[in-house]
Amino acid sequence: MSVEWYLVVSALVFSIGAGGILIRRNPLVILLCLELMLNAGNLALVAFARAHGNQEGQIFALIVMVVAACEVAVGLGLIVAIYRHRLPIDVDELRELQG
Amino acid sequence: MAEVFFFLGAIGVLAGALGTVTLRNPFYCVLALVCHLLSLAALFLLLRAEFLAAAQVIVYVGAVMVLYLFVVAYVGGGADPIRSAGSPSLRWASALFAGALFVELSIAVLGTGLSVLGDEGSGFFEGFGTPAEIGKLLLTDFLLAFEVASVLLLVAAVGAVILARRRTGLEDPREISVGDLRRSGSRDAMTGGEAGTMIEAGGPPQR
Repeated sequence: MSVEWYLVVSALVFSIGAGGILIRRNPLVILLCLELMLNAGNLALVAFARAHGNQEGQIFALIVMVVAACEVAVGLGLIVAIYRHRLPIDVDELRELQG
Repeated sequence: MAEVFFFLGAIGVLAGALGTVTLRNPFYCVLALVCHLLSLAALFLLLRAEFLAAAQVIVYVGAVMVLYLFVVAYVGGGADPIRSAGSPSLRWASALFAGALFVELSIAVLGTGLSVLGDEGSGFFEGFGTPAEIGKLLLTDFLLAFEVASVLLLVAAVGAVILARRRTGLEDPREISVGDLRRSGSRDAMTGGEAGTMIEAGGPPQR
């Protein structure tokens, strides 16, 4: 399989994730769409690593996975804190930055 | 044969992504993302990234998605229906933006004229992408990135605990903090209350 196919799949997943972030209003689903975009980037990195016969792209993708895990931990902590404060789980309603 | 597996994997990836974006119930969204991640691991295997595929399945599907499922169950996302976009025009604009982004990315990627595109890719050596090779790279050339990643994970774990802990007021005398420990300078604060750290973590004592 040529590398182009993987890159087109990666671009499609990235676009779907970006559209999902714009459409959805639930912060949980927005985090899921962020995961989609990060994974699309990972797929492109691994495809280029295979094309060049060089493993450093795979290391980069691994570090991206670590950063994504950190982002998930902090994001889910924020969502739990929002829920504890009895605030609506909806990014349209959460517009004020007061504590 | 690789073509068949590629198209199977790509269909799984795209169906999972579309399901994540379009399904109403957040619980089903997470399950669709699990399908997406498993198919993506298959694509990684086709690209000779064995270690990355294993890490994807173990870390993402095994750990991160379970965390998502717990939070969805805790918050109770299925109880109230998700209101989708404010107005239909906004939804159409979002879909249009996503389509434009895809066209632009495709033009940017495929129009570059890179020599590696369009063929099978250059050769790979024996053991390309295996855990041994990746581990060797991580501990030699990319040691700094490896260590920074570990520190980042620690910071994220501490931050998540601080963000998500139950904030009770100052009324509860059994609650202890680092300041108390410093002020008393001894371990009375620790032994004074029974299981003070359980309260910090949102444990059983409910008032």
